[in-house]
Amino acid sequence: MKPLTNPQSAIRNPQSALAWLGLLPFALFAGAFLLGPAAIIVIGSFQDAAGGFTLANIGDLFQPRILDSYWLSVKVSAVTAVGGGLFGFLLAYAAVGGGLPRPVRTALLTFSGVASNFAGIPLAFAFIATLGRTGFVTALLTQVFGFHLYDTGFSLYTFWGLALTYLYFQFPLMVLIMTPALDGLKREWREAAENLGATSWHYWRYVALPILLPSLLGTMILLFGNAFGAYATAFALTGGTLNLVTIQIGAQIRGDVLHNPNLGYALAFGMVVIMALSIGGYTLLQRRSARWLQ
Amino acid sequence: MRGRRRGSRAWAWFWVALGALYFLLPLYGTLDFSLRLRRDVLSLDAYANVLGDEQFRNSFLYSTGLAVATILFSIVLLVPTAYWVHLRLPRWRPVLEFVTLLPFVVPPIVLVFGLIRLYSRPPFLLVTSPVLLVAAYVVLSFPYMYRAIDTGLRAMDVRSLTEAAQSLGARPPTILWRVILPNLRVSLISGAFLTFATVIGEFTMAALLNWPAFGPYLALIGGNRAYEPAALAILSFGLTWATLGLIGRIGRGAPGQTPPAGGH
Repeated sequence: MKPLTNPQSAIRNPQSALAWLGLLPFALFAGAFLLGPAAIIVIGSFQDAAGGFTLANIGDLFQPRILDSYWLSVKVSAVTAVGGGLFGFLLAYAAVGGGLPRPVRTALLTFSGVASNFAGIPLAFAFIATLGRTGFVTALLTQVFGFHLYDTGFSLYTFWGLALTYLYFQFPLMVLIMTPALDGLKREWREAAENLGATSWHYWRYVALPILLPSLLGTMILLFGNAFGAYATAFALTGGTLNLVTIQIGAQIRGDVLHNPNLGYALAFGMVVIMALSIGGYTLLQRRSARWLQ
Repeated sequence: MRGRRRGSRAWAWFWVALGALYFLLPLYGTLDFSLRLRRDVLSLDAYANVLGDEQFRNSFLYSTGLAVATILFSIVLLVPTAYWVHLRLPRWRPVLEFVTLLPFVVPPIVLVFGLIRLYSRPPFLLVTSPVLLVAAYVVLSFPYMYRAIDTGLRAMDVRSLTEAAQSLGARPPTILWRVILPNLRVSLISGAFLTFATVIGEFTMAALLNWPAFGPYLALIGGNRAYEPAALAILSFGLTWATLGLIGRIGRGAPGQTPPAGGH
């Protein structure tokens, strides 16, 4: 973020006290369709059926059924954030520093751009056609290796199937964000380290990794939020049988399955808190990494 | 030294090959699956069924309309706002950045929850009108639309352009329309395509607000058919590819760096 060099220099306008009026349309719109709805959820979580203030809804979040759904969402988000993060990082590193031909790098980035945007229902379809009970890979494994994937207890419609599907949009996002960061590692740093007698391990341990770590962790946190908020993919894949928080909220919207509207708001509020922590953490760490990587 | 380099290159190939496998296997599997509607022969029947389905065309057109309305409205709302902030209220920039990032914090499922609660009874009975869905999509488009416009404005000298236009007698609407907008063309087009890619298949909000959009149609087909969903997945992938390819062509920026809110 560059500071503006000449704040309010050239144009002096007698009406500049009214300049904030220019923000009014945006403020009204954001208030009506973003901040307002969010506020309603937050307020509703602290109200009882009669509209009085209560903390009971927040307390009720700690019942096993709801805790389980948070735990499942956290698990699938964490697994795909760490797994997708590491894999995406290795891919980005291979593309930047692996000495691969230029077209490979271009192809990787193009694919990553498309795959990170290819999500929701079509993604679920693609994985059903590939790894579902009659999917392409499932059939291939049976025909070629005599290996019956679904006899091993694996199913696309369970935790690991969902995780495998989420990875398809998770690691490309990591590639997209980490590639510029890796490009920012200056050649001179490595040369300087090597002149001082550093091995590759030393260089990574004491130079590259400390510089990359905020960016690496920050992006993984972003991936966490990315998976945590996902609804369409999970809905299309499992039809609502996996008890994720988003699936629960969807069911609650369709017809008060919790038999307590305010508990529904609390459920959504808890989700906003987790998302805020994750996006906040990402922003903070990204800002830190910007000190070294331009 | 050379040995290390060669070793690391082999590893690089290994990871890229693994990545390519992960990218391509589901695509190939889906393509193969989509061609097997007829027993023992490859055919395009699944595609013919999909493309011949009136509901497919209607829902796709409906979502295209939503996307166009979203794009136009978000340009009309965000360009003057961002311009004004650059020109007159630079201190508000962090606030705008914060608000336009909020759709990441409030995921679509939560946002639509709040919207339904807020607008399902008089005096604000809006759930009966697709305007509410478009408004929600405009909110979803905030993070990348605003970012694109902001980046575009930073790349030009807003102040000098404005002063030059003013000294020639142009009034603010003229300045926006004939000076700022043309200079923002590349940013706006990439923002618009990203918005299009997100809105066209959006499921969560369209389904929960009950509109006959493309996303809910996809879900319906997924529940009722075997091979058509695979064909739809291939078509969607092609559409995403084409959209992002156009962005890459038009703007040399990095469109993928902001993940779209709510596509998943």
